[in-house]
Amino acid sequence: MSRHTLSVLVEDKPGVLTRVAGLFARRAFNIHSLAVGPTELSGISRITVVVDADGELLEQVTKQLNKLINVIKIVELAPEASVQRDHIMVKVRADAATRLQVTQAADLFRATIVDVSTESVVIESTGSRDKIHALLDVLEPFGIREIVRAGTVALGRGPKSMSDRALRH
Amino acid sequence: MSKDQPISPAVMAQRRAPSAPTEQAAESDQVLLTGSATDVVAPEEMTGSQAIIRSLELLGVTDVFGLPGGAILPTYDPLLDTDKINHVLVRHEQGAGHAAEGYALASGRVGVCIATSGPGATNLVTALADANMDSIPMLAITGQVASSSIGTDAFQEADIVGMTMPVTKHSYLVTDARDIPRVLAEAYHLASTGRPGPVLVDVAKDAQQGSLTFSWPPHVELKGYRPVTRGHSKQIKEAARLIAEARRPVLYTGGGAMRADVAAELTELAELTGAPVVTTLTARGIFPDSHRQNLGMPGMHGTVPAVYAMQQSDLLITLGARFDDRVTGQLDTFAPNAKVIHADIDPAEISKNRIADVPIVGDLKHVIPDLTQAVRQEFADAQTPDLTTWWETLDSLRETYPLGYTSTDDGHGSPQHVIERISALTGPEAVYASGVGQHQMWSAQFVDYERPRQWLNSSGLGTMGFAVPAAMGAKVSQPDRVVWAIDGDGCFQMTNQELATCVLNDIPIKVAVINNSSLGMVRQWQTLFYDGRYSNTELNTGHDSRRIPDFVKLAEAYGCAALRCERDEDVDATIQQALEINDRPVVIDFVVSADAMVWPMVPSGVSNDQIQIARNMTPEWKTED
Repeated sequence: MSRHTLSVLVEDKPGVLTRVAGLFARRAFNIHSLAVGPTELSGISRITVVVDADGELLEQVTKQLNKLINVIKIVELAPEASVQRDHIMVKVRADAATRLQVTQAADLFRATIVDVSTESVVIESTGSRDKIHALLDVLEPFGIREIVRAGTVALGRGPKSMSDRALRH
Repeated sequence: MSKDQPISPAVMAQRRAPSAPTEQAAESDQVLLTGSATDVVAPEEMTGSQAIIRSLELLGVTDVFGLPGGAILPTYDPLLDTDKINHVLVRHEQGAGHAAEGYALASGRVGVCIATSGPGATNLVTALADANMDSIPMLAITGQVASSSIGTDAFQEADIVGMTMPVTKHSYLVTDARDIPRVLAEAYHLASTGRPGPVLVDVAKDAQQGSLTFSWPPHVELKGYRPVTRGHSKQIKEAARLIAEARRPVLYTGGGAMRADVAAELTELAELTGAPVVTTLTARGIFPDSHRQNLGMPGMHGTVPAVYAMQQSDLLITLGARFDDRVTGQLDTFAPNAKVIHADIDPAEISKNRIADVPIVGDLKHVIPDLTQAVRQEFADAQTPDLTTWWETLDSLRETYPLGYTSTDDGHGSPQHVIERISALTGPEAVYASGVGQHQMWSAQFVDYERPRQWLNSSGLGTMGFAVPAAMGAKVSQPDRVVWAIDGDGCFQMTNQELATCVLNDIPIKVAVINNSSLGMVRQWQTLFYDGRYSNTELNTGHDSRRIPDFVKLAEAYGCAALRCERDEDVDATIQQALEINDRPVVIDFVVSADAMVWPMVPSGVSNDQIQIARNMTPEWKTED
């Protein structure tokens, strides 16, 4: 099944995330990642959800989402027409002997060291899913202690705003 | 679906159309309140609970079903002072929920029920799920513990909003008295418009006790709710073209047609096209059974002509139906040669189970007349299709395989006979509610349905125990009609406590318990598919059993008139007697054979081509063309 990124504008009401997540669960749709946060408009949140679904199933997902009363608008963001970013923090084993190699690896990926101790470093990185995978592959041999990763966020390229038309009236 | 494009219901509906006009999307941006919500009330100080009652009055609610408890107590106080709202005190909250459903189904108005927090609210869950499956407009108001106690596992606390999210159209938790008028107006609007459904409003006790400045109409804003009303004209034209080309068309009508109240519009379309009509379980009565074009109910226990017509069809004109598994049987062998026109107000129904060739999103109240107009034009431009061959086949099936039944070997009375006679002696102006199981299918088959809202039952969820409370609700909304609850002995034991409500509130329903002393439909499956091993289906209420409980004594204990009928030859006289008693509810214990089975039947999970007219008997099919 192919992967699709949906941007969903929702009213910032209690329970709205539960409604969205619950819908995916009970209709047996697969969520790959989910990120939610406020937008430029007060009272409106934006949920970025990455789903594994094809054709008819993807259509059914969006139709069911649209039925939720708090959902205002849904847009599918195609990879070529949008910027999509993942955010990750990785705690990697790094002592005096390996620290230089680890920091050089981080530099190569333009990742940032945000914490250092005698036995470890924490590396923060933002990028496409592919870049994050590659970074993790490089760090793997040093020993990964912990990973925390936020859901993909995405924005359409160009001057258009998703909220323009949806909320004009 | 196009990339980087907004995916709205209107766009989804038009996705096969090259251009997307915006007229219908704009039309419903403005939320128009339903009921008498346009009355203007000058600002006035009052409590939250007074505001609940006042809002209900202004929304035009005249009857509510409920049962008080701690967290809803404040709201029950101003209920004493209103002369506009009749509150029916039920004996169990599930009864209130089903009564609200029956009220809504029989009248087309929103059914309202009230319960307290915790167990009161959870007792409503079955009715909410039922209303959600069958798209019944319903407003449920529940009390909730004070907002300061929410999340502390307080006495009678339950997260009813969380619990009912999957089974409601929408829900609200109100913790501020000032939100009450707006929320109730929104809830009522949501319940009754678009694809109708149940909406739950959970009101914290402190919101009920708090004060607000009440004014009406409230400012209502539902940014994400814009039901499409008009069908897309290109799709309608395309549908008309397919209708003109079809040689074996079938009008497949479902509950959506009932909700849209399109009996007259449907008849006009049917008569124009000359196509056969099948009416699903939720659509029985939307097109008269006596009409020559009506083939009856399709699906698992449908008529042979209805099932065959769909299987052989080259065009299904689907109006407010949803390709439920009980209609389609094994989906990939269902109507294999048919193109599908699918009109529904809910875009998510289109292509959910069966891919539609021509999707039309819209309110059938607009779509059907538009389609009729387009078909008329198409017929004028081209030619009226000749359906003679199609009808010859269908008529011959109708003649060879009419609905019928034979008596059982045990010599006991036939349940089908009882139901057939209730219909014949009472007529189509009455309302018929049923529970779920064999008696439900026989009621769908052997009652003559001539008008919409004549038949109420639990279709999608299949809720046993629906009949008595639903009949009660129906009788409250239709006091001048005879209301029958045709119930089973299993179903009746789930909700008969509402007979007390009926007696005390002067709601004289008539209950026919089709007593086969067992969970009959399950027993039928055990007979057919489990070698007659009757695991836990014997209820001991009928012939040759201990008769626990004795339904006559039970009914008498509630203050109902109680009759018993054990033989076919006494059926008419007993029904006549029941029809003459109108000062209190009547319960008739019709003790019948446990061996009677529902036929025809398509066994679960096989193709509809395998329909059986009796055990291991499949009709002889003549192949079409």
